[in-house]
Amino acid sequence: MSWSEMSPLLSQACWDTLYMVGWSTLIAVVGGLPLGILLVLTDRGGLLQNVVANKVLGQVVNVARSMPFIILMVALMTFTRWITGTTIGREAAIVPLAIGAIPFFARLVETSVREVDGGLVEAVQSMGGNTWTIVRKVLVPESLPSLIAGTTTTIVALIGYSAMAGTVGAGGLGDIAIRYGYQRFETELMWITVAILAVVISLIQFAGDFAARSLHGRGGRSGPAPKLRLLKAK
Amino acid sequence: MITTTGLTKVYRSRGREVTALDGVDLHVREGEVYGVIGQSGAGKSSLIRCVNLLERPTSGTVTVAGQDLTALAGRGPRAGKELRQARSRIGMVFQHFNLLSSRTVQDNVELPLEILGKSGKERSRKALELLDLVGLADKAKAYPAQLSGGQKQRVGIARALAGDPKVLLSDEATSALDPETTRSILQLLRDLNRQLGLTVLLITHEMDVVKSICDSAALMENGRIVESGTVSELLATPGSQLASALFPVAGEATGDDRTVVDVTFHGEAATQPVISQLSRTYNIDISILGAAIDTVGGLQVGRMRIELPGRYEDNVVPIGFLREQGLQIDVVGQEPVLLVEGAK
Ligand SMILES: Nc1ncnc2c1ncn2[C@@H]1O[C@H](COP(=O)(O)OP(=O)(O)OP(=O)(O)O)[C@@H](O)[C@H]1O
Ligand SMILES: [Mg+2]
Repeated sequence: MSWSEMSPLLSQACWDTLYMVGWSTLIAVVGGLPLGILLVLTDRGGLLQNVVANKVLGQVVNVARSMPFIILMVALMTFTRWITGTTIGREAAIVPLAIGAIPFFARLVETSVREVDGGLVEAVQSMGGNTWTIVRKVLVPESLPSLIAGTTTTIVALIGYSAMAGTVGAGGLGDIAIRYGYQRFETELMWITVAILAVVISLIQFAGDFAARSLHGRGGRSGPAPKLRLLKAK
Repeated sequence: MITTTGLTKVYRSRGREVTALDGVDLHVREGEVYGVIGQSGAGKSSLIRCVNLLERPTSGTVTVAGQDLTALAGRGPRAGKELRQARSRIGMVFQHFNLLSSRTVQDNVELPLEILGKSGKERSRKALELLDLVGLADKAKAYPAQLSGGQKQRVGIARALAGDPKVLLSDEATSALDPETTRSILQLLRDLNRQLGLTVLLITHEMDVVKSICDSAALMENGRIVESGTVSELLATPGSQLASALFPVAGEATGDDRTVVDVTFHGEAATQPVISQLSRTYNIDISILGAAIDTVGGLQVGRMRIELPGRYEDNVVPIGFLREQGLQIDVVGQEPVLLVEGAK
């Protein structure tokens, strides 16, 4: 296959991958951020302690996370059709990608938010701040570097999943690697795809690390890290 | 200004119960610096956290500036609007500063004002004014990670003052600082107390803190206040643990048949004539084991530990003589043992 044949294929594939990963990341962040924060707040000793809600949310997240993506994609077909009107193509792939990534990102958010020093929560409570204030002014900004790192991890994972989405005709780089590299022995095209994926993933990782680090640089901790206290309802 | 009555706090965790506060009656007058001292686990932090209801008391009431906070608390675990408003009028500073690392110094000080819904202009005016007050005007744009411990605590204090509180609570605000910085932070608290008429309730395990800035003090043990009063009252209380810890004199009896007496002089009471009179009148040899003069709570106090020959029974008359001179006398080993717990 000549370069002039490959180049439109590749650029279309790049665009498809970007499209799927971009939208599903956006949805995963919008859905996973509140879910992760809720997992922390409703936990025992949390600001919105609710043991039942916490157990239920935790279970749903666990099940969704441990589901192999390919099965999730098949299982969600009816839902996908209901949302997008089809089960084939880029738009259709976004649905299972996003739904798979929401619990994934939510757990990362949960871990990040738990690391916020309980003393900061207490300080804002002592100023008369309510739970919403605490979420907006403490939990999210203080865990931001870690949230950005979590987003990077999610994007990289989504690029991996999006390769599988190729099997529902969604296109993308993974799809090219399978169709041309595996099925038609276009080894050259496959290696180019692999190289592009490697570069894209490195770039994303680099950008994410850079963003997280530059936020960290201004901060670090506000004092000698005290023992981590559970966020308490007061 | 701050009154607690019958305050109790019982922590329940996994079936175990810990009584951290056991009927605490605290009374802090307006405009004073009140120190609570006690060993680790005595319940000091529980007490101060109950004052702004960061910790819900199990029973008892808390009144701050005439407002019964326990009545505002409601039954649920979350703080209602009224309680949050009341909290915004009580400043609090913390041992580990608790500054937001994601915000500049100025933005940290503005945080309480954001919560109060003040406009951006008003916030920055107030924040800069407070940073000036604590001597950090040039650090407004720095991040907390770029400051020293003492500077962080100054920011913590500025932030606590942002809502114009009448009351400042401080839980071991200087415990993470070196002695030099501790002194400057204490001085700042003292100045703010004087300049702004701020009532300060502070928790500490360092006697020096009480000694240098407190008007009144309380000693906590096992969730109870075992001694309390103004510093001069305490110093005038025979056998007061706080007084002897505030102002220790050393010296051991040189033999079994000796009586050791601590003599405390307040103000201008002249020392020499009393001792020599005693010696002359009763014809006894007095040895001085130790003596010190110090300023405690702004008062000049002298203390002398003397030794009289013979047992306590033999010295009832000379000791009575000393008491008649208006001196405060503590017979070591006779009255409650003088513990020097908590004094470092
Ligand atoms: N959240 C909690 N849950 C269970 N027990 C607690 C809790 N907080 C404090 N306690 C217990 O209550 C008692 C009093 O603790 P508190 O922190 O008030 O002591 P403290 O005088 O401030 O001690 P320190 O000088 O070490 O700070 C201790 O026995 C402690 O173990
Ligand atoms: Mg404590």
